[in-house]
Amino acid sequence: MSSTLTSAKLLWDDQAVPAPVLSVSSLSTSIAGRGTEKSLIRNVSFDIQPGRTLSIVGESGSGKSVTALSLLRLLPPSARIAGKVRLQGQDISDLGDRQMADIRGNRIGMIFQEPMTSLNPVLPVGLQIEEALARHAVAKGAEARRRAVELLDKVRIPHAARRCGEYPHQLSGGMRQRVMIAMALACGPDLLIADEPTTALDVTTQSGIIDLLKAIQAEDGTAIMFITHDMGVVAEVADDVLVMRDGEVVEHASSFDIFSRPSHPYTRQLMRAVPRIGDMRGREGPERFAAVGAEAPSAGPQTRHLVTRDSAHKVLSVHGLSVTFRVRDDRRRLRKTDLHAVRDVSFDLFAGETLSVVGESGCGKSTLARGIMGLQPINAGSVAIDGRTPAAMRADGRKALQMVFQDPFASLNPRLTILRSLTEPMTANGIAPAEAAETAAGLMQEVGLSAEMLSRLPHEFSGGQRQRICIARALALKPKVVVADEAVSALDVSVQAQVLNLLMELQERRNLALLFIAHDMAVVERLSHRVAVMCFGRLVEIGPRAAVFDSPAHPYTRQLLSAVPVPDPARRFSTAGRADSFERPVISASARMKDLGGGHLVLAD
Amino acid sequence: MIQSIIGRLVSTIPVMFVVSLIIFSLLYLTPGDPARIIAGTTATEEDVARIRETLGLNEPFLHRYLDWLGGVLHGDLGRSIFMDRTVIELIGQRMEPTLSVMALTVIFAVLVAVPCGVIAAWRVNSLTDRVVMLFSIAAFSIPVFMIGYVLDYFVAFKMRWLAIQGYAGISDGIGPWLSYLVLPTVSVGLVYIALIARVTRASMLEVLSEDYIRTARAKGLLGRRILFLHGLRNAANPIVTVVCVGIALLLGGAVVIESVFNIPGIGRLTVDAILRRDYPVIQGVMLLFSLIYIAINLLADVLYLFFDPRIRY
Amino acid sequence: MTKPAALSLPVPRLSASWIGGGIVVLIALAAVFAPILGTVDPMAMSPLNRMKAPSADFWFGTDTYGRDLYSRVLYGGRTSLAVGFAVAILSTVAGLAIGLFAGYFRRVDGIVMRVMDGVMAIPAILLAIAFSALLGGSLGTVIVAISIAEIPRVARLIRGLVLSLRGRMYVEAAILAGVSQPRIIWRHILPNTLAPLIVQATYIFASAMLLEAILSFIGAGIPPTTPSWGNIISEGRAVWQIKFHIILYPAIFLSLAVFAINTFGDGLRDALDQRGMKHQ
Repeated sequence: MSSTLTSAKLLWDDQAVPAPVLSVSSLSTSIAGRGTEKSLIRNVSFDIQPGRTLSIVGESGSGKSVTALSLLRLLPPSARIAGKVRLQGQDISDLGDRQMADIRGNRIGMIFQEPMTSLNPVLPVGLQIEEALARHAVAKGAEARRRAVELLDKVRIPHAARRCGEYPHQLSGGMRQRVMIAMALACGPDLLIADEPTTALDVTTQSGIIDLLKAIQAEDGTAIMFITHDMGVVAEVADDVLVMRDGEVVEHASSFDIFSRPSHPYTRQLMRAVPRIGDMRGREGPERFAAVGAEAPSAGPQTRHLVTRDSAHKVLSVHGLSVTFRVRDDRRRLRKTDLHAVRDVSFDLFAGETLSVVGESGCGKSTLARGIMGLQPINAGSVAIDGRTPAAMRADGRKALQMVFQDPFASLNPRLTILRSLTEPMTANGIAPAEAAETAAGLMQEVGLSAEMLSRLPHEFSGGQRQRICIARALALKPKVVVADEAVSALDVSVQAQVLNLLMELQERRNLALLFIAHDMAVVERLSHRVAVMCFGRLVEIGPRAAVFDSPAHPYTRQLLSAVPVPDPARRFSTAGRADSFERPVISASARMKDLGGGHLVLAD
Repeated sequence: MIQSIIGRLVSTIPVMFVVSLIIFSLLYLTPGDPARIIAGTTATEEDVARIRETLGLNEPFLHRYLDWLGGVLHGDLGRSIFMDRTVIELIGQRMEPTLSVMALTVIFAVLVAVPCGVIAAWRVNSLTDRVVMLFSIAAFSIPVFMIGYVLDYFVAFKMRWLAIQGYAGISDGIGPWLSYLVLPTVSVGLVYIALIARVTRASMLEVLSEDYIRTARAKGLLGRRILFLHGLRNAANPIVTVVCVGIALLLGGAVVIESVFNIPGIGRLTVDAILRRDYPVIQGVMLLFSLIYIAINLLADVLYLFFDPRIRY
Repeated sequence: MTKPAALSLPVPRLSASWIGGGIVVLIALAAVFAPILGTVDPMAMSPLNRMKAPSADFWFGTDTYGRDLYSRVLYGGRTSLAVGFAVAILSTVAGLAIGLFAGYFRRVDGIVMRVMDGVMAIPAILLAIAFSALLGGSLGTVIVAISIAEIPRVARLIRGLVLSLRGRMYVEAAILAGVSQPRIIWRHILPNTLAPLIVQATYIFASAMLLEAILSFIGAGIPPTTPSWGNIISEGRAVWQIKFHIILYPAIFLSLAVFAINTFGDGLRDALDQRGMKHQ
């Protein structure tokens, strides 16, 4: 397989093939600050051939978005851009503002990361497409209107004519991204720049968008520049890959080479940190990631002991938990209806065990976590920690149950030193300040930071370090259960791997039970003992990790798993077999959990 | 839509209740016997008794409050103590000048302030921006009556370009009417312009950094369309809010400016009533002012619906 | 992932705010040290020297009673600044208490905020005039009257802040750690309301001085026995067409002081905004 691909590529290279659509040489961008000049990207060069996709990958701050914005000159006026950019052979780097605006949206289309905020909320989506057509004199009036409907049709939005008159807030995230694509394609551009177009979307929605982009490329032969941080997505879409770090290109090769034989140490390190779904097939317990970053080499993969699941080791018991929100009725404004965010969820958690709760946005997984923590009033059901009732728990401040939040930047008070943030839980529970300070120093070392950092303020730390501090704070009261709500979602992949390793290490050392709320299936596969899948507030499947991943019993679980992109171009999905992302599973209210044996339960009618 | 507006109307009831209570309680602020103070030092015991009777001071508080509220709900605001007229009649007589000043000011201010704010935001930190900001702080810093006097002194008194004091009804012709109103309008309008310009600038600055503005630029759209269709439309709601809330400021300003320019409007009526402690008039006028304020807030809510399709009540 | 919008930080306007602060300090010093700055008794009448134009003897001229305007303006600054300062303190403290209370105890929130809405529905100037006139004008009643008109705005600001701070993750983390309610308010909520509160206080300081002048102008202010910028202007009103300087000098001082405080407030707000950005 690999030899055929390589030889095909060589063959292709030998024949003097069409000139590149876009040719970038020594692109450098810096931004003028107060008296200083900060360099954002340096010496970036690459070509994009017609009909091909170049992926630019890198972690946050690598300069991949700046590269795209520099091409289109969409950066603030204080940015200085140098280097040559050729579009279809024409030098566009010296064009005036007006001529550049003629190119934007006409010969180069661009879509952005956040479909929620990238469309104008107060204008109908049809109009937003029409104005691109009118601006570049492609079509006007009724003709533009007709073309807008056609475009929406092309990006597979059902009832396109009706959707034209709707506002962005009336569309789902995936639909909005499709509108963005339609808008970018309106004038038939030579090049489409997609800046993290699927990052903000759910995994099943993401697969739909990727399929759509591929189909459009096959149809129109548009060259695509695809910016992403997700190696799985890269493997799915890219012909060529440009790896960036700190504003510079570190590696530029074909997608196949990047994945099978990365040459630059940074690329290799990046590849090691990427969890791949299916990696854990046939393995027993959770495993740490291979050495990443500056971590000690001892943290290599190791198989973990099994968890004893009997009543003596049961630390958290959730029974029939439901959370209902009173929301305004969409049709009758003055009425209110109940929205069942979480409905009848039951499970047990045992000492030293990781139970992951997965599901897409809005499935109720975070509300479940907040309900368990007591941050959200629950309407029915019960939560017992260590065999004790909630009333008894309140008396000693729920010490046994602690939480790590998603956003490491918002979960530390910016005005308090780390020492005060760490000792606060202890002093609030009657521990003497001196003793608390000593424990805090120990905790810092335990999470891989030094005790000298205690006197610093949160803004002096990186995201990964802050998350370590939050973990330390959660551990201050020696809890038995830690709930981690999307605790690594906001982190770059290499940092994510380190923090996950830390969590697994702490779990082993402290025999901690971990309730891990997440949406990344590959991460979940790596660190879970058991997995629970949620959809529309219901638990649809729960069981040992191997059982859920290898033989998913619920159709929704299967849909979720099949949509996850695998970071391996050789295992690229065939787009044909994938479910349409608009299809949503139907879950009847009368459905009950059915036991499949071995602790594997599935929701069935 | 209609349901939404009815919903908003219903929600103003508790606020109106609080307002009526505050206004009615004003009577009790005066230390000592209000009736004697109103009557003055030369009054006879009968005068005091008569005033006490008019004000109903012999009845318990709740009884009188409900009595007054009942009257208000039937459109009866009582009679002035000093003028032989009902409060409604007095207000009716004085309405036109005040409404004229306010309407002119709102139109004038919005027309000047919104473009200033938009340009300041578009060219942020430029000379234009700094001039607009400096002007706005200056306008906030000069007492409104001083602006009035200075303008009156130079433009009307020295140059004789416009009428110095007083008021001519709109029935006397647009020319004379305007010649009396231009200076008061500009005087109260400056603060109002400053306020609207500042809010427009801030709101536009925020909107211009939004992702959808970048999308509009990525589409190749040009300055004016981005600024006015994509920008201003999204920045509209805070501007609508400040225009409406600012009307409260104008009502206050009218009280002052009518004294400067000797305009026989509601503002003068109010000041005279307060200084003479003509309680029925004070209560009636204050009630009127807060009604206007609440009505304008309702109008703002309706305008939000118009500018932003996401809003529902 | 890199957000270019975040790269374009606004240029700080600290310099303007320092100039504003400097002017405020100068005016305040002039008021405090009025007795040693070449003034005479501000109440001393001199029927022979009525309505004199500015000269070497009377730097700012004299008023209708022949009193030295320069002395009156300097001494008047004491009163006006005192009103501004007292109102700023009184209304921010009361507004902070009400806002914290309403934001933290959701059960009373509805009632408290409806009362605030009710007070706000009456134009501030009118409310202050009514209170001051009906209570009988004196320094104390003027301060109280203006404060009452300003309190609802502060309360609203603080309540909004408290509501948003309550939902912050670090506050939730503190709740989970068993930290008591008063401690959470003291440690996590209160410090984060201070910056906007201080900015608001400077604006109130400025607007209270203007309101004091308006109250005097209407005839509901501080009695003329205590000179204030407001009542000096008010007394000069009768002769404004012939002796404009009588109202001009106090008005210039008043406007300059208010302008300086507003500029200082703006600079402060921008500076604190930036810090907030960095810490986000």
